[in-house]
Amino acid sequence: MSVILEARGVDKRFGGVAAVERLSFCVDAGELVGLIGPNGAGKTTVFNLVTGVHRPTAGEILHRGTRISGCDPTAIARRGIARTFQNIRLFPSLTVLEHILVAQACRATVRATQFWPFRTAGERERRRQALAVLDGVGLSARRDEAATHLPYGAQRRLEIARALATGPELLLLDEPAAGLNDTETADLRRLLDALRAQGYTILLVEHDMKLVMQVCSRILVLNFGRLIASGPPAQVRSDPGVIDAYLGVAH
Amino acid sequence: MNVYYEGVLASMGINILLALSAYAMLATDRLSLGNAGFMAIGAYVSSFLTVELGWNLYPALAAGACAAAVTGALVGLPVLRLQGIYFVMGTLAFGEVVRTFFQNFEPTGGAYGMRGMSGTSLEMIAAFVAVFVLLFLAFEVSRAGRAAYAVRDDDQAARSIGINVTGARLLALVSGALIAGIAGALFAHYALYIESGNFNFLVSANAVLFVILGGMQTFWGAVLGAVIFTLLPEALRFLADWRLSAYGALLVALMVLRPEGLLTRTFLIRLWRARSGRDAA
Repeated sequence: MSVILEARGVDKRFGGVAAVERLSFCVDAGELVGLIGPNGAGKTTVFNLVTGVHRPTAGEILHRGTRISGCDPTAIARRGIARTFQNIRLFPSLTVLEHILVAQACRATVRATQFWPFRTAGERERRRQALAVLDGVGLSARRDEAATHLPYGAQRRLEIARALATGPELLLLDEPAAGLNDTETADLRRLLDALRAQGYTILLVEHDMKLVMQVCSRILVLNFGRLIASGPPAQVRSDPGVIDAYLGVAH
Repeated sequence: MNVYYEGVLASMGINILLALSAYAMLATDRLSLGNAGFMAIGAYVSSFLTVELGWNLYPALAAGACAAAVTGALVGLPVLRLQGIYFVMGTLAFGEVVRTFFQNFEPTGGAYGMRGMSGTSLEMIAAFVAVFVLLFLAFEVSRAGRAAYAVRDDDQAARSIGINVTGARLLALVSGALIAGIAGALFAHYALYIESGNFNFLVSANAVLFVILGGMQTFWGAVLGAVIFTLLPEALRFLADWRLSAYGALLVALMVLRPEGLLTRTFLIRLWRARSGRDAA
């Protein structure tokens, strides 16, 4: 199997605090890898390192064998790595459909045509594709609504749709189930399964353990910035180190 | 036309250009208080070329605008690294540097100022306003315009979908500088006399004020703001000495009652739909 993403001995320090320490892991094509750990374990920092928001203090991150640590977030997104945010970050000025249209430009090879003001055949084709993306997350009926007026669960789905519209091969989802009710979480699970069936590689940060255990093929466990366990869900669940990290060690 | 009305309309046109120049930068979430600096560069470069070197007005105007745009690019590269209030301070400092430069620069008259320019007509100002309104209209409906909204709303999310945020801001700054340069060149050849004091901090602040009061969601807000707030002080002339106090009070009241500015994007969309009969509600 081909390795999509690899971290090699990554350190990230904020002043004296080590958010991530000597972290190494691989994600293979087509995998759905869970990244879990108690609050403050460094999960979101890992996402920020992979997407170029932060630069590692030491070590390197590779995408298909090419070093991407040190690249800016724009360049990394254009390589095919898309993400969502833990605290939803939609654009208040744009409608639901416009969120998809604006993200599609990520794949454009010629950028000068973006200044063209008239509706071309290409633009109609992009609208058709955008509606298909919205259909996939069940939002095509609300295409003309202001995105920030959507209910919470729909906003989470729109963020995933926006990430998908960039045409990525690797998706980083930061707590997509946070704040969702049971029905919405079930919808999300079906969406994750569908994405996996379509061949997307996914790295998932999530606190909903039931969901993580159900959908992930492999799980990485972080605690205080270090990788303490990695393996299939059943193995990770019974790992004494993981149980200690979540429940605390008896003294 | 009556000389008084012509003068008011000419300054309205120049104010619209200045408001558009401030809007270009605000549209990518960067507030500049130094646009009078770009205006001064356009004014002095074009005036030097027409008065001292005998150039035709149009090439001189183009040269002034280009000089302002190039300065915008040179200043923008370091200043765009600054965020929020630091960017505001950086541009404010730039504007003052340019003003004091021309105050002391003898070849363009120094503190005595420059005279001998002419050739700007009201029609010419109106033509430039029309051209830039059309350009902004085209930009706003283009895909790049949509990306600019994304940059303004949330630059981190914009980067995450592959938008070149720094490139968008640099383009905004350079085009804002270019428009301010044209406004300066037109102003110099209309006013017939310029001095460095014409390009002080208040001019930059006014340009931003037009945009904030008119509404920041669409460039039409900038245009409307410049029109109304050029006319308002004139309409208040009957108050004599109290004119500017009343003007200030009206501005405060407007910001309290309508913080989003006079014109909003939702209003324009509703207007457009009502006209095309798709959605009258």
